[in-house]
Amino acid sequence: MSAHEEFAFDVAVIGAGPAGLSAAVAAAERGAKVVVCDTGTQPGGQFWRHRPESVFPEPDGHGHHGWKTYLDLRARFDAAISRGLLRYLPNTQVWMTEREDAGRFVLRLTPATGTAIEAATVRAAKLVSCTGGYDRQLPLPGWELPGVMAAGGIQAFIKANGTLPGKRFVVAGTGPFLLPVAANIAEAGGKVVAVCESASLANWLPHLGAASGVPGKALEGAEYAGIFAKHRIRYRTRTVVTEVLGESSAKSVRIAKVDADGAVIAGTEQLLEDVDVVGFGWGFTPQVELAVALGATTRIDADGSLVCVVDGQQASNVPGLYLAGEVTGVGGAVLAVAEGLVAGAAAANGEAPSAGTARQIQRHRRFAGAMHRAHPVPEKWDDLLADDTLVCRCEEVSHGEVVHARVELGATDARTMKSFTRTGMGWCQGKVCGFAVSCLSTKGADDAGTEQASLAAFAKRPVAAPLTLGEISTLDSRQPQDS
Amino acid sequence: MSTTPQRITVTLNSKPVGTEQGRSVGAVLMGEGIKAWRTTRNEGKPRGLFCGIGACYDCLVTIDGQPNQRACMVEVCDSMNIEGDFDA
Ligand SMILES: Cc1cc2nc3c(=O)[nH]c(=O)nc-3n(C[C@H](O)[C@H](O)[C@H](O)COP(=O)(O)OP(=O)(O)OC[C@H]3O[C@@H](n4cnc5c(N)ncnc54)[C@H](O)[C@@H]3O)c2cc1C
Ligand code: FES
Repeated sequence: MSAHEEFAFDVAVIGAGPAGLSAAVAAAERGAKVVVCDTGTQPGGQFWRHRPESVFPEPDGHGHHGWKTYLDLRARFDAAISRGLLRYLPNTQVWMTEREDAGRFVLRLTPATGTAIEAATVRAAKLVSCTGGYDRQLPLPGWELPGVMAAGGIQAFIKANGTLPGKRFVVAGTGPFLLPVAANIAEAGGKVVAVCESASLANWLPHLGAASGVPGKALEGAEYAGIFAKHRIRYRTRTVVTEVLGESSAKSVRIAKVDADGAVIAGTEQLLEDVDVVGFGWGFTPQVELAVALGATTRIDADGSLVCVVDGQQASNVPGLYLAGEVTGVGGAVLAVAEGLVAGAAAANGEAPSAGTARQIQRHRRFAGAMHRAHPVPEKWDDLLADDTLVCRCEEVSHGEVVHARVELGATDARTMKSFTRTGMGWCQGKVCGFAVSCLSTKGADDAGTEQASLAAFAKRPVAAPLTLGEISTLDSRQPQDS
Repeated sequence: MSTTPQRITVTLNSKPVGTEQGRSVGAVLMGEGIKAWRTTRNEGKPRGLFCGIGACYDCLVTIDGQPNQRACMVEVCDSMNIEGDFDA
């Protein structure tokens, strides 16, 4: 068998998180020959990240939600592998996807860590992209200090290592996701000095209808309330961190109350001392770049994220390209599983979801919409930025430089901003600063389309990961050039 | 979890340090109280873990002679050499 044929499949799935696992299982159980590429060294994605199975072969699911669902999906995933229906490529990052003339998808692969890889290329008739997302960040004074982390990064650290990245924590930003992060820190033995939620919980009042459609979330909420009470964790609403202080690493944080627009209320500032880790989370940014590169249609979701548009079968506008999980809108793991199952079935044999599944997806989408509206990024978040606050961490571009480029040089979209200031041109390719730079570039624009175009420009990356020269040299002249 | 992970030794800037299998390079550094192991190109500022999941590239470190490896992604193994801008 030639290497080409060996790595040709009916369905390729990118990602082995809740959405990707489900899609792979659904497709393989319908008889499709499936390949799963995932950057992780074991299945689970962000939500079901667990300690290395090479060392801990039987994880007990401590600190996890929906672990039974994971075990069920995992058993089916492993069964499909042993029946020869599923090929699993861990530690494998897809850095580019293309469509060949025949409509087949070509995935170009690079090792996520190290240098060894099973295949450099796989081909498949259908593609299900379930690439999830990462914590959305907003710059603020001191956020570049060591000890400042993404809230999800702290969660991932605990789940993967079974240890804590510090001793005394402040968790800040917005959204219900701050709760499990604080709860896991406390349960692992860390001190949570405060949880700062910028929104008012009264923001939920108009959305109780949507919330009651997903009763499981209320149960989870009660569980966190119990853990917060047990560990005496202060949950402060309408509160933001205005600054992280320290010389070579975080030592303390300044917090303050904010009004409904996120403007600091004078006289409410407070210093929380002796804090060595600060975790920020302003929702999540879906990783849509592979889908965007294939031509998938995007829209701006209720949380301001650029997400891909799909139909009731999770099909995008690109023939053969299905999308599930955070890439179609940030909505949590239960929704990601439901969407993955639908996408996998549709990719395998065009099967449509049952009415019940379609309703479940609808209910969770409504809940997600309510959540996004109740936990917006504060309108005036950039009031906190000083001239010398870094906006782009990689290229070390300051807020002052960004404002100068907008006001004096007319850089009023992220793409122009990038070419004038180098924001988003470093190692992370704008993953960290993309949302903020887009907001800062389009500030004052009254046309909603400007924002979408600006975010979309950031998601248009020729390659989805930094590459070695050898890998770049495999590109032929048909490849898009840097944009 | 009933398994006991094996004790291993890694070197941090040539200094031998005992740790256990099943942790990331970043977790081992943090466990030794090292919060930063890279210095930024322009301003010479210290950096360590930020996103924790391989997205931000803040945590780059040299592992067994290979530069620019993400400390949050790589699992330690026995005799691994970890080098960066830090005092071990
Ligand atoms: C760091 C972090 C921690 C989180 N922790 C929690 C939590 O504790 N509780 C909670 O309710 N929600 C949590 N979330 C949100 C939660 O992850 C999502 O709701 C859910 O996991 C979405 O599932 P998914 O399958 O869409 O994506 P994910 O679980 O993110 O899975 C996507 C997978 O695709 C892989 N991938 C991405 N791009 C590529 C590529 N180019 N090539 C190969 N593989 C790729 C990723 O490595 C990942 O394994 C967390 C999110 C993040 C970012
Ligand atoms: S901490 Fe972001 S890539 Fe390692």
